[in-house]
Amino acid sequence: MVRERTLVVSCKQVSELLSQARERRLTLAERVTLRIHLVLCEGCRNFRVQLGVLHEAVRRFVDRGRGVD
Amino acid sequence: MATPQAPASATGVPSDAEIEGFRAYLLRYALLQLRDLDIAEDAVQETLLAALQGRSQFARKSSTKTWLTGILKHKIIDHLRRRAREQPLPGAGDDAPEAEAIDAMFLEDGHWRSFPANWGDPARSFEDRRFWEVFELCASMMSANVARVFVMREVMELSTEEICKEMNITPTNCWVMLHRARMRLRECLEVKWFAKER
Repeated sequence: MVRERTLVVSCKQVSELLSQARERRLTLAERVTLRIHLVLCEGCRNFRVQLGVLHEAVRRFVDRGRGVD
Repeated sequence: MATPQAPASATGVPSDAEIEGFRAYLLRYALLQLRDLDIAEDAVQETLLAALQGRSQFARKSSTKTWLTGILKHKIIDHLRRRAREQPLPGAGDDAPEAEAIDAMFLEDGHWRSFPANWGDPARSFEDRRFWEVFELCASMMSANVARVFVMREVMELSTEEICKEMNITPTNCWVMLHRARMRLRECLEVKWFAKER
């Protein structure tokens, strides 16, 4: 069934969705799919947190320039 | 809104030294984006000149740093726009080595080859000078095209639409490039920093 197919996604697809979630509003189906996967998958949960850390890090990296050297 | 009569007080105008003091910061900002020391230095030089000439109009509604960064952003975007016209970005679909590098992070069935770890409290890493050396190394390993789009998004905070327009790429292409940038950077940081930290 289509519904079943869309609810079961791989970590690879989930990583793409998590990245895109920072760029666009995901569809309801995508959000449901993500939520189910994330409950079960610690790796993808960690990945989601890491995306936020990357964003913060790259901003701080640029900010650090001042005062250094 | 500034009224035309609002006088720029003598103390409100940044001094030469104050403006010059941001050179190192501006250079780092430009370099991350432009990936070429000569071009980055040019952009910073133009920014400082524009700032020195235009400082009487600077109303101190923002910090000097924000004001200078704003000027630099425009210089960088001008440059990227010119470059996009002269040598268009290869589409994400044409970047086979990048695509393969991402594929290699997963097993055939789409599971992580190595599960992303819990990075603990990143604030601690941010305090550590060695973390930033690793970060700089990892950032420099991203392909230049991917890095360009990544910085426009994460640092300059342009929307995907703006990036598409400036770089003349489709939104899907843009998402793919951003995703690849994040995947590369996170893997590099995990292997070279977070895995060693604990």
